[in-house]
Amino acid sequence: MNDLLALILVLVAVSGTVAVLVREPARQAIVVGILGLLLALLFFAVQAPDVALSEFVVGAGAVPLMLTLALGKLRAQRLAADQLSARHAAAEPPGTWPGSAPNPEGP
Amino acid sequence: MTRGRRLAAAVGLVLLVGGLAWTAFGLPAFGHYHHRYGAVAARESLPLRRAENAVNTTAFDYRGFDTIGEEFILFVSVVSVVVLLRELGDEADHPPHRERPGATQQHSTLTRWVGSALMGPLAVIGADVVTHGQLSPGGGFQGGIILGVAVALSFVAGQYLILRRLRAIATWMDMLDAVGAGGFVMIGIAGLISVGPFLDNVLPYGHSGLLTGGIIPLANLSVGIEVAGAVLVVLAELLDQRLLSGPA
Repeated sequence: MNDLLALILVLVAVSGTVAVLVREPARQAIVVGILGLLLALLFFAVQAPDVALSEFVVGAGAVPLMLTLALGKLRAQRLAADQLSARHAAAEPPGTWPGSAPNPEGP
Repeated sequence: MTRGRRLAAAVGLVLLVGGLAWTAFGLPAFGHYHHRYGAVAARESLPLRRAENAVNTTAFDYRGFDTIGEEFILFVSVVSVVVLLRELGDEADHPPHRERPGATQQHSTLTRWVGSALMGPLAVIGADVVTHGQLSPGGGFQGGIILGVAVALSFVAGQYLILRRLRAIATWMDMLDAVGAGGFVMIGIAGLISVGPFLDNVLPYGHSGLLTGGIIPLANLSVGIEVAGAVLVVLAELLDQRLLSGPA
């Protein structure tokens, strides 16, 4: 094993650990992308260019993109839910929610 | 956790770690691969199939049936994403971002410029990787993802005009996915009809250049179409659905 491989292996281990330790999802998506890039470098260094290309387009391209898009969608939904509950709080006395009253006829 | 269960978990953990360590010491040394199959597959791809990329020849010819299975794994996962992320009845009543008129203008000018500038070159690179699968590293899968991401960049770039036009082809994306997945099977059936075995080669192997490897370029093309469609379907599902499903 030469020095270049050892260096890339250490970098992969470090970025993998960082990806686990970072707890904020948006940052995690970026770190995972960097991990994918390093893995692609590793595969290229061990003479597997086909696999390196796959890892690069999936790990550094598609996965972070999908993660960030899903996070963006979640944030938009949370924003809408907040707006909705604020509107309900303004229109009705606090504590009531449509459909939350117990059914008088029982189950 | 009771004491007995903790003990059982510890025994299992020790067995697992011990077994892994045992097998790790039995592996060949790093970088020393000794297996006849790999050597034969790598050496025979050029004389037998006129295809220079042995990895691609293995994936799309010797092991073509496995690749069809993988292709359908992708297809089924895309279908399940579509089913899971469909707009439910109660979501349609208060959709999240329909009340924010400036939603498409939230991207910075730089993002838009870079996104637009990258679209064309990325599409060319993706087409190149798909069509040269049998010659150089790459192939349908890698190139298909690049193609899908190239089109998806227009979402990220937030080009509203492009998006409106893309909405027209949005209904095609599912179809693209299905056509690509079915295309590979069709190539296999062509072998079944005209030669005998499923996925046997039906085309001339050629001598050099783009049209070599018999059915390998065709199979790459169909996988490329399928994967590009799959990426687009999943990204479109994850993206602001307003832009794709029409104005509210």
